[in-house]
Amino acid sequence: MPNTSIMTFNILSILPVLILAGFGMMVLVVDVLSSRKMGEKNFLAYLSLIGVVIAAFLSKNFTGTTLFSFYGAYTIDNYSLFFQFVFLLCAGLTILISKNYVQRENINYGEYYTLILFSTIGMILMASGADLLNIFIGLEIMSISIYILVGMKRTRLTSNEASLKYFLLGAFSTGFLLYGIALVYGATGTISLRQIAVFIAGKGGVLDPLLLAGMGLIIVGIGFKIASAPFHAWVPDVYEGAPTAITAFMAVGPKAAGFAAFLRIFFIAFGQVHQDWEKIIWILAVLTMTTGNIIALIQTNIKRMLAYSSIAHAGYLLIALVAANNMSVSAILFYLLAYLFMNIGAFAIVIVISQKEDSFLKISDFSGLAYKHPRLAIAMTLFLLSMAGIPPTAGFVGKFYIFSSAIKSGYVLLAIIGVINSVIAVFYYLRVTVAMYMRGPEREFQPLTLSPFIFVAIIISIIGTIQLGIFPAKVLEIAQRSILLLR
Amino acid sequence: MITLTHYLVLSAILFSIGVVGVLIRRNAIVIFMCIELMLNAVNLSFVAFAHYLHSMEGQMFVFFSMTVAAAEATVGLAIIIAIFRNKETVNVDDMNIMKW
Repeated sequence: MPNTSIMTFNILSILPVLILAGFGMMVLVVDVLSSRKMGEKNFLAYLSLIGVVIAAFLSKNFTGTTLFSFYGAYTIDNYSLFFQFVFLLCAGLTILISKNYVQRENINYGEYYTLILFSTIGMILMASGADLLNIFIGLEIMSISIYILVGMKRTRLTSNEASLKYFLLGAFSTGFLLYGIALVYGATGTISLRQIAVFIAGKGGVLDPLLLAGMGLIIVGIGFKIASAPFHAWVPDVYEGAPTAITAFMAVGPKAAGFAAFLRIFFIAFGQVHQDWEKIIWILAVLTMTTGNIIALIQTNIKRMLAYSSIAHAGYLLIALVAANNMSVSAILFYLLAYLFMNIGAFAIVIVISQKEDSFLKISDFSGLAYKHPRLAIAMTLFLLSMAGIPPTAGFVGKFYIFSSAIKSGYVLLAIIGVINSVIAVFYYLRVTVAMYMRGPEREFQPLTLSPFIFVAIIISIIGTIQLGIFPAKVLEIAQRSILLLR
Repeated sequence: MITLTHYLVLSAILFSIGVVGVLIRRNAIVIFMCIELMLNAVNLSFVAFAHYLHSMEGQMFVFFSMTVAAAEATVGLAIIIAIFRNKETVNVDDMNIMKW
C-alpha cells in the first residue's frame, strides 16, 4: 500500500534539493579557494557529479510514498520522483559531456557546474510544486540559471547573442505566465492546484472569462519553455549559439520540466474543463510538429537541425497532453526518458566531432565519418534513428505509446498528423546518416580524443536508447505507476 | 469609490504598454525596462485581488515575483554588458549573426 501522509513542514522531503544546493555552493567555494589554473580544475566536475548521484539516491528512497509537505506546496509522489530521476540523469550526463568540453572552450569556471545544479533544483521544484507559486519559482530558478549558462562563452559573440535573445524572450514570456497566474488567482481566490480544481468543480465546470484568459496566458508562458510552435522563434538561435553541452542540457531539462508543470496544472487544476483547452493544445501540437519538421528539412547546421527536431518532439509530446488519459501521462514520461538518452547522446557526438571554437558543426562536416570513425558513426546513426522513431529504438516505442494514447481518447486525426510528421522527420535524420556513410570525407578528421567522461556518457545513452527500445516493459511499468493522482 | 475593476483595468493597461514596448523598441535596455513594467503591472493585479478577496496568497506572491524580477535584472544587465563589451551596441537589430 502506498503510504500517504500530509506533513505541514517536512525539511526531509526536500533533501535532494538541499543536497544539490549544498554541492552547488561548495563547487563555487572550492573553485575560489583552489589555486590551480582554470584548465586543471577537474575536481569541480567530480564534486558536482557526486552531488547529483547523492541526490539521486536520496530521491530514490522516497519511491512509493506520497507526501504533501510545506503546507501542501511541495508534493512527493511517483510522478515527481520520476521527473526528479529524469532531471538528475540529465544533469549527470551533461556534467559528463561537459568536463572536457569546458576545458577545450576555456569556460571551465566553477559557476558552470553550480548553475547546472541550480537549474536542476528549479526543475525539481517545478515537477514537485503543488501550487502555482512553487511552479513559478521553480521555473524562474531554472530559466535564470540557463540564461547565464547560454552566455557562458562571454567573449564569443554568438554566445552573447544567444543569451540576450533567450533572456529577453524568456523574461517576456515570464510576464505572460505571471499574468496568467494572477488572473487564475483572482478568479478562484487560491493558488493551490487542488483548490482550483475544487473551485471549478463547485462552479459545475463552467469557466468565467477571467479564468479562461488566465488559462490561455499560462499556456503561452509554459508553451514558450517547452518550445511549442508559435513561441518557438528563439529555439534555433539559442541552441546554435549556446555552448554545445548546454544545448544538450536545455534541449532536455527545461522541456521535461515544462511538461511536468504543464501536466500538473492542466490535469489537476483544469482537469475537469478538458473540453475548454483541448482544442488550443490540439492546434499547438499540430503547428509545433509541422513547423519543427518542415523547417528542419532545410537546415545545414547540425545544432540548428537538432533544435528544430526538438521543437518537433515537443509537438509529439503535446499530442499526449491533448489525449489526457492515464496512458498519455505514462507515454509522456516514457518519451521524455527516451528523448533524454537519444538527444544527449547525439549532442555528445556533436561535441566529439566539433573542434575548438565550435567549428565543424555543418552537416557536411559529418560526411565520410563512417570511414574514419566507424564506431562514432554507428552511435550517431542509432541516436538519429531513435529520434526518427524507427524500431527497435527507444524513440519508436515512445512514439508508439503517444500515438496509441491519442487513438485511445479518440483523436485519430491528430495521431495521423503525428505519423505523417514522423515520416517527414525521417528524411532529415537520414540526411546526416547518408552523409556519414555514402559520401567521402570533405575535411581532415582529427585523431579522436575520446575522454573517459564523454565515453561513459555516450555508452549510457546507447544503453538507454537500446534498452528502452527492446525491453520497454520495465520502464513502462514504472511510468504507469508514476501517473498523476487525478482529482 | 475605487473598485477592483479600476485596478484591473490599470494593470491591464500597464501590461499592454509593456508588451507594446517590447515589440516596438529596439534598445535592449528599454526592452528590458518594458518587461519590468509588465511584471509590475501583474504585481498590481495580485495586490488588488488579494485585497478584495481578503486572502494573503496574492501579497505573498508579489514578494516572490519582485525577488524574481530583481534576479532577472541582475542577469539581464550582465548579459547586456557582456554584449556591449564585444559589440559596442545594445541595439537588438544588430543581433543578427544567427538567422534561419
